[in-house]
Amino acid sequence: MATTDRGFTTAAFYKFLDEHKLMGSRCRSCGRLYLPPRPLCPECHSEEMEWAEMSGRGRLLAFTAVYVAPTAMLAAGYGRENPYCVGLVRLEEGPAISAQILGLDPKRPEEIEIGIPLRVAFLERGEGEARRIYLAFQPA
Amino acid sequence: MKSRAKAKTKARRGLGRGVALVGAGMSKFGSFPEKAGRDLFFEAFQELRASVDKGLDPEAIEALYLGNYSSDLFEGQGHTAPIIADWLGLTPRSATRIEDACASSGVALRQGVIAIASGLYDVVLVGGVEKMTALPTERVTDVLATGGDALFEIPAGFTFPGFYAAMATAYIHRYGAPLEALMRVGIKNHEHGALNEKAQFNLTIRQIMENKLAKAKAQGRPLPSWADELEFLRDDSANPVIAWPLRLFDCSPISDGAAALLLVAEERAKEFTDEPVYIIGSGQASDGALHSRSELTSIRAAKLAAQEAYAMAGVGPQEIKLAEVHDCFTIAEIIATEDLGFFPPGEGWKAAMEGLTSLRGPKPINPSGGLKAKGHPVGASGAAQVVELWKQLRGQAGPRQVRGEPDLGLAHNVGGTGQTCVVHIFRRG
Ligand SMILES: [Zn+2]
Repeated sequence: MATTDRGFTTAAFYKFLDEHKLMGSRCRSCGRLYLPPRPLCPECHSEEMEWAEMSGRGRLLAFTAVYVAPTAMLAAGYGRENPYCVGLVRLEEGPAISAQILGLDPKRPEEIEIGIPLRVAFLERGEGEARRIYLAFQPA
Repeated sequence: MKSRAKAKTKARRGLGRGVALVGAGMSKFGSFPEKAGRDLFFEAFQELRASVDKGLDPEAIEALYLGNYSSDLFEGQGHTAPIIADWLGLTPRSATRIEDACASSGVALRQGVIAIASGLYDVVLVGGVEKMTALPTERVTDVLATGGDALFEIPAGFTFPGFYAAMATAYIHRYGAPLEALMRVGIKNHEHGALNEKAQFNLTIRQIMENKLAKAKAQGRPLPSWADELEFLRDDSANPVIAWPLRLFDCSPISDGAAALLLVAEERAKEFTDEPVYIIGSGQASDGALHSRSELTSIRAAKLAAQEAYAMAGVGPQEIKLAEVHDCFTIAEIIATEDLGFFPPGEGWKAAMEGLTSLRGPKPINPSGGLKAKGHPVGASGAAQVVELWKQLRGQAGPRQVRGEPDLGLAHNVGGTGQTCVVHIFRRG
């Protein structure tokens, strides 16, 4: 299936991630770019959207180191003894997105600097059927 | 983004007719293994009934609007509104549940106001309830996370404390606020909560620290050497990190509780009391996921809800004598005091450090102890804020009474990370 045929759904976004592609959608009417992709432009309400592959380069906007983890992350081996970083990343194309941030030390969060350059990483997490690719970033 | 926000806040209207608050009550907040949601709501209703100066015949109530976040997941009980209506003997009247995460009962209040202002009803019961403590902490973390975006935020590993922790890092980075500012909010709200017999934490942080020292001494364990509350709060073992930079004492607790409010058409208020409290402003707004916002150091929906409420009330932030704000996390209170216009952007942390927001300061914030110390049964919190304002504006808040006979109070209730915000302004009658 050609990329352009896919609907602007969450499933399509994650299918692209499986293919190691970070895909947003662009409004053909006003040119705005969305990540996660949307089928309708919230700014001009146009439904004329097209897929747009992102460079995967961005900067750290905000972050945290999670010590009390939800069950999905506990199952992935995280928790008080093994905290993880999650943050918001502003892509160089404009939009921002939530993602796990790899390659930073969650036990020394005071040393993590907002604004550091990041690049996309495709992270495998989960066991068996639940195993899939998640969006992540790491220092560029 | 700006033009769009402007377009949506134009053309503000007022209420079709005035709405008065003539009774209010809440259950004790805390962890009550023996109480279900309906038991908690009954307790709130009992206090409400006793608070109606000229008495309340429940037959007068025409409808129920109930805020509840997730009785489905917390208690295995959906369809909560008719359950509560039946428990109070209010069936077959209309009973409606409102779910807007932690703003559920603030929004239920607004729906009650709208229902009366429209002329449909004269007497409406509004409230909120949440029974959270039956689940273990990690499951509660999961249920709270459903208030975020389950497709894009939660898979990244965000938790609720995590969202606010990220906002805190953005705030600290932008304004240079020290972590002590967050701690000051917690210390202050616990000081207020220590004066509130309904609070889950009816103790100051100093008292909690001293209790821990006494316990260590009694058990012959080595005594920690905390010089003051700040040292206690900086200690990883006493105050563990939940989602950095937020620690345990930056987070509101997991709570059981309920709150109830009686609203009536203004022209009927005197049938219930000679001292009503009028709801003179109401505002509500929505927003997308945190990552979709142009700014992380303020909550746009809160600013827009406040604008709407101030415009309807015809008052400004400087005239508000006290406010109950949504301090689900300490950073949230600092941001709220800026979003509501009490302090300029980037100055809220200084106000917290200087004690401006304490009970005896010029702008008392969360005299009840806030969500932090009073407790945060999520669906009940918005209505419980109003219970405090009801007491404060009528001079019935006892040891935590704000001085100077306050005439104007504000309630600021946030759902999730600010996807829903609702603000109400109250005036003493
Ligand atoms: Zn557009």
